[in-house]
Amino acid sequence: MNHRMIARTVGYVLLVEAVLLLLPLAVAVYMHEAVLPFVITQAAVAVPGLLLCFLPVRSRVLYARDGFLIVSLSWIFVSLFGALPFVIGGSIPSYVDALFETVSGFTTTGSSILTEIESLPRSILFWRSFTHWIGGMGVLVFIMAILPLANERSMHVMRAECPGPEVGKIVPRARNAALYLYGVYFALTVLEMIALRFGGMPWFDCVVNAFGTAGTGGFSILNGGIGAYNSLYAEIVITVFMLLFGINFNVYFFLLARTFKPIFKMEELRVYLITAVSSMLLIAWNILPIYSNFGTSLRYSTFQVAAMMTSTGFSTADFNVWPTFSKCILFLLMLMGACGGSTGGGMKVSRIIILVKKTRADLMRLLHPRSVRVVRLDGRRLDDGTVNAVSLYFIVYLLIMMVSTLLLSFSGCDLDTALTASVTTLSNIGPGFSAIGPTANFAFFPVPCKLLLSLLMLMGRLEIFPLLLTLTPSMYRRR
Amino acid sequence: MKIVIIGDGKMGFDLSNRLSQEGHDIVVVDNDSQALELSSNTQDVNCIYGSGLDSDIQVQAGVPSARLVIATTSHDETNILACLIAKKLGAHHTIARVRNPELSRSLNLMREDLGLSLTVNPELAAATEIARILRVPSAARVDFFAKGRVEMVACRIPEGSLLDGMELRHLPEKAHVKMLICAVERNGDVIIPDGSFRLQAGDQISITASPADIIRIFSLLGIYAHRTRGVMIVGGGRISYYLAKMLGDMNITVRIVEKDRELCEKLAEMLPHAMIIHGDGSDQETLQEEGLADTDALIALTGFDEENVVISMYALSCGIPKVITKVNHISFGSVLSKAGIDCVITPHVISANHVLRYVRAMQNSVGSNVEALSRIADQKAEALEFRVRSNFSGKDTALRDLRTKKGLLIACIIRNGQVIFPNGSDSIHVGDSVVVITTGVGLDDLNDILL
Repeated sequence: MNHRMIARTVGYVLLVEAVLLLLPLAVAVYMHEAVLPFVITQAAVAVPGLLLCFLPVRSRVLYARDGFLIVSLSWIFVSLFGALPFVIGGSIPSYVDALFETVSGFTTTGSSILTEIESLPRSILFWRSFTHWIGGMGVLVFIMAILPLANERSMHVMRAECPGPEVGKIVPRARNAALYLYGVYFALTVLEMIALRFGGMPWFDCVVNAFGTAGTGGFSILNGGIGAYNSLYAEIVITVFMLLFGINFNVYFFLLARTFKPIFKMEELRVYLITAVSSMLLIAWNILPIYSNFGTSLRYSTFQVAAMMTSTGFSTADFNVWPTFSKCILFLLMLMGACGGSTGGGMKVSRIIILVKKTRADLMRLLHPRSVRVVRLDGRRLDDGTVNAVSLYFIVYLLIMMVSTLLLSFSGCDLDTALTASVTTLSNIGPGFSAIGPTANFAFFPVPCKLLLSLLMLMGRLEIFPLLLTLTPSMYRRR
Repeated sequence: MKIVIIGDGKMGFDLSNRLSQEGHDIVVVDNDSQALELSSNTQDVNCIYGSGLDSDIQVQAGVPSARLVIATTSHDETNILACLIAKKLGAHHTIARVRNPELSRSLNLMREDLGLSLTVNPELAAATEIARILRVPSAARVDFFAKGRVEMVACRIPEGSLLDGMELRHLPEKAHVKMLICAVERNGDVIIPDGSFRLQAGDQISITASPADIIRIFSLLGIYAHRTRGVMIVGGGRISYYLAKMLGDMNITVRIVEKDRELCEKLAEMLPHAMIIHGDGSDQETLQEEGLADTDALIALTGFDEENVVISMYALSCGIPKVITKVNHISFGSVLSKAGIDCVITPHVISANHVLRYVRAMQNSVGSNVEALSRIADQKAEALEFRVRSNFSGKDTALRDLRTKKGLLIACIIRNGQVIFPNGSDSIHVGDSVVVITTGVGLDDLNDILL
């Protein structure tokens, strides 16, 4: 293993975090709030970062296992340091709570332990939401885009950080691919800010909510969530942008290149949109008795479906009081998640499609044992390796979900809470049902549970394997 | 520059790696997902799974906007066809690997129709390289241009050489060798000489000549070149065939040791001047019996790397002055040089070098009418390759009557794949390629060479 190169890359990541901390610092200066939390954190991040950056490296070659380790360590350290402003500023006195909040930010989960949000300093709120934006597209992809770090083998890093069953580059150079991803990400975010501003939202709220949507995170700066704005326009804008950020970013590349054929061929996009629309209609019909008219119920159902499916986790209504059928649909959407190659979480629509197709092919093989079948996606054959990896991912996902549900149940919460807490963190969504519903939060969990949930969030964001392998002893064994 | 490589074999892999390191955007197409996986893991390239003969796949790989498409699959026909499709889709240049000698010959007839910019034959290229190693002393520098077909040898005129103090116009009658002095470096300046130019000892001259004449030129210059008279080749594959032919032209006696009886008979039929020996080249006894001790060079060209290495080690231990080893898998190159084997030939790397040279020449010429531009003589002079079109006003005129600008020289004419080193009586025809050597810049069209 190339320890020095791994350490050096983590160093770059820390330095980038130090630079990114300038933004909340600027907000603090502008709003005349305490700057010390950010200055101290910056110093604490920059010093080890600089030291690691100047570590002499013998070889720049990275293998798959190095990529896993780089990504895992980067995310862990970024979260550990990113929690400091909350603690130093006194906004969240307990370090474990602050860590939970930061991990929830970086992994774009949006689960919060805060009960009173509105009284916090604006700079802290800005940093809290900004972590969503950083985490959405990934820190290492960002580094690849701006630093000449990308080399022949950086695919290992990119693959470990980007979500989806198949991570491919749309342009030959890893650096250009990263630049393009961030370009689209940035442009869409700015677009949303402007769109929100048109609805009369204050600039600060526009920026913060755009961050929350772009990363499909879901931190809100109002105690009542997005519903507190009580603005249909804002809800529509956010719904549309949540759905947009949940789409595979390759679609935007094709749009920019004016080649529309591959977009129509994309099964994932089709299934994603059909699922979204049908769930919206089903829930709207199901919750009709609660709300006065169909318009209102459709308003709540569209927003909630988009928020849960793209793993953003915003809320405008207390879906905890909705009928079980609606809750069940939401739960399944939480498991399914958004498209691969987007900023969304969950198991990813393409994985579900592949699983269904694989199941069908295997069932047909039982009828016709001699038949030869291949699994196709977008009219293209998927190789067995990818299909097997998807099945494995599904199994590991469910296993982790079950084990963590078991562990969480020790805290004395009910089954709904334990189950949805593990799913919502593993899928990077935010709220769950029952005790962690949209109006509640995660503050009541004991410390070990908070740590476990933090780990689950990191696992979910990095698609389990990098972190799981980092925790496996055989990764480090020399023989 | 955007380059699509079809076929991710040894050569494709090597090429994509080096071209991507030179800053080109590479897309690799292959229908072997394992090979692609390796490429995408170790190189900064884009990989597309599918057949290179599928126009949909080619479009997906971005062939329509590519400047160059290189087909290096294991099938000649696939390569040619893939290049044809690419050309139809709008690729600017295409390069195909063609190793079948018969097909290679026929291609000369239809290169234009197929729109192929270059064909690469790894075995032929390897044989050419070996012949060059045997021919050119290490003191000299070799530059290539015109797609590698023309080589220019640079060397210094020693004191007391026949050429010292000679005017160039007297060269043909004194030297009896058809050669062309293209550039002279004196005191750090590069001069394109004309007939009245007087050579001096200490000048560094760049010469083009047919490969067979090079050895005679070296002895004429008084440069000591270890004259290779007898060569033993172990293994009778395609490289051996090409090499034996070339060495025969250079009046070097060739002995080929080959295990396979049928192959021996075929070789004997095709190479009447070479001595074909049916025997096991990895057998010490056979080699000694057939006179290994008297040969000046041993070339190990069997199909097995291990065998080649062992044979070479044995030859080195026998004190053979020159031992050349063919190795297909280069991963362990550093170990070989430790064992004393430092003259290693890897066919696919040599072909990749050819392509690389072509790509560089192509890149240099972007935005002008120049087909290719190579920098020669330590980057101080340029060799420009032009295609002669019907608007060239000096066509069909003998070169001695052509009034050209000063400081340039027509180094060679390539007609139907044949290289002609012109003298005053030759003329340029439409459809030829012409290589012009110049120190000045700003030649954009062949008409610019005329006064």
